[in-house]
Amino acid sequence: MQIIDAQDVIKRFGAFTAVDGIRFHVEKGEFFGLLGPNGAGKTSAIRMIYGFSPVTAGHMRVFGMDIATQWREIRSRMGVCQQENTLDPDLTVEQNLRIYARYFDMDKARARERAEELLQFFALSHKRAAKVMELSGGLARRLQLARALMAEPDLLILDEPTTGLDPQSRHQVWNRLTDLKKRGLTMLLTTHYMDEAESLCDRLVIMDHGRIIAQGAPRQLIAEHAAESVIEIEGPGPELKTYLKDHQIKHDDLGERMIIFADAQGELENEVRRRFCMASCLFRAGNLEDVFLRLTGRELRE
Amino acid sequence: MSPIQLSAISTRFRHIWFRNLITYRRIWRVNFLVPLLEPGFYILAFGLGFSGLIGAVDYAGMQLAYTRFMAPALVATACMWNAFFETTYTSFVRMYYQKTFDGILATPMSMEEIIVAEIVWAASKASAAVAVMLAVLIPIGYANFPGALVCIPIAFLGGLAFAAIGMFFTGVIPTIDMFNLPIFLFITPMFLFSGTFFPVSGIPDWAGIFTLIFPLYHLVELMRYFCIGAMESNPLLNLAYLVGFTVIFGFLALLTMKRRIIK
Repeated sequence: MQIIDAQDVIKRFGAFTAVDGIRFHVEKGEFFGLLGPNGAGKTSAIRMIYGFSPVTAGHMRVFGMDIATQWREIRSRMGVCQQENTLDPDLTVEQNLRIYARYFDMDKARARERAEELLQFFALSHKRAAKVMELSGGLARRLQLARALMAEPDLLILDEPTTGLDPQSRHQVWNRLTDLKKRGLTMLLTTHYMDEAESLCDRLVIMDHGRIIAQGAPRQLIAEHAAESVIEIEGPGPELKTYLKDHQIKHDDLGERMIIFADAQGELENEVRRRFCMASCLFRAGNLEDVFLRLTGRELRE
Repeated sequence: MSPIQLSAISTRFRHIWFRNLITYRRIWRVNFLVPLLEPGFYILAFGLGFSGLIGAVDYAGMQLAYTRFMAPALVATACMWNAFFETTYTSFVRMYYQKTFDGILATPMSMEEIIVAEIVWAASKASAAVAVMLAVLIPIGYANFPGALVCIPIAFLGGLAFAAIGMFFTGVIPTIDMFNLPIFLFITPMFLFSGTFFPVSGIPDWAGIFTLIFPLYHLVELMRYFCIGAMESNPLLNLAYLVGFTVIFGFLALLTMKRRIIK
């Protein structure tokens, strides 16, 4: 059974179409990514999955149930870590976990145990009595993740879980998410960090202007839309441009910089290294950021 | 916009009520201090300063000392302020600044349950304040015992009415500073003209009829009836008015809050 099944889902706000007929599914145990520039419709899509926003048209099914009618059953099996901090500032760290469990009608003794487990798992035990207002960004995010896991969900939704965190906190969040993945939890992630999506996601979709413009496994998308290896050349000369055109090599001409998508064999790399690498030349592996920028363009969105 | 679904209201709302109780208990001393001291201030001020000017008040065929006339009205206005503040300023902060409702809406709770919980909570808080006030007023002889204890459930009903209209304002008000508007245009005139400081029977009929639309008038009448055993209206009509008011504004509160939050 598919955990999430979106069939031609549309979300309109008045005349504005935020999500324009997306179709995707998430399998059990999968770590699924939802990527896109700001305003691409990611958060709108996520809000429809957990039934915060009603679907304008199409069908959104979660755990095989319709979100429009069976939202309560669906939400009772789902954990959501929202983009903005929605922790309860009137409560302590531990109270945040235990009160949240109440909203799921969770047994009190079980909630106490579960809160203990999660305080340990997210290294928050020493802060159990702290007020939420006093927590740093990293701690607050860990608490929000812990809270989303309180009711032992079958699906965890993560809306930009590492935005604004320092590198240490980001790595800690990634480690925890990797642990959860090993335990077989199904997760849906949105993020602006392509390295994050590349290393965590089994499969992902890239959205832009409310539509899905690409989907697949990260390596597959890199092979398809960028290349296994990439050469970046500063201040490319006219001979390089002619060479690339003549040999029909996939590249992006950014004016001051040329990005060449090379094959894995290395013949082209040697040729380029020999003939064009006078000044500065960078050889690296192709990544999801290349794919993302190629597909969604380099113009600023906001 | 999604319409109100009455089927989305279950007893689960008690969880949010409990959440509010926990935050209330954390500062219970402050919460208790105001209703404990407030009647003392008013009775002292009006007893010392006013009674020399006024003497006795004719109310429901009785001659009442001014402070004795006014004390039950204090109970009613405290109920109003407590409930109205809770679903305006406090709920607005929870909704807008703390994003508490957004967090709750990712759990198996409905928007309807959140609103019901906020209103019922505000009414509970109003009842608690009234109970504390009675603990002062009964021993000093300003409210009958045990009759005045009925004021506690009455305060819950009155609390529901004021909480419902407060929640409705929260659903439509653009920014938190604009709560000044309903307070100046609705709460303050009501506070002054609901038979609180002078009997409605003493003012011209056209003005008296006007006060009948104020829910506070009906609550003041009920409080007076149970505190001193006298009133100028029919308690069943007062109760019916408050129930009707609660139903209408409860419905409008659900409608406007849902439109505001669910997008």
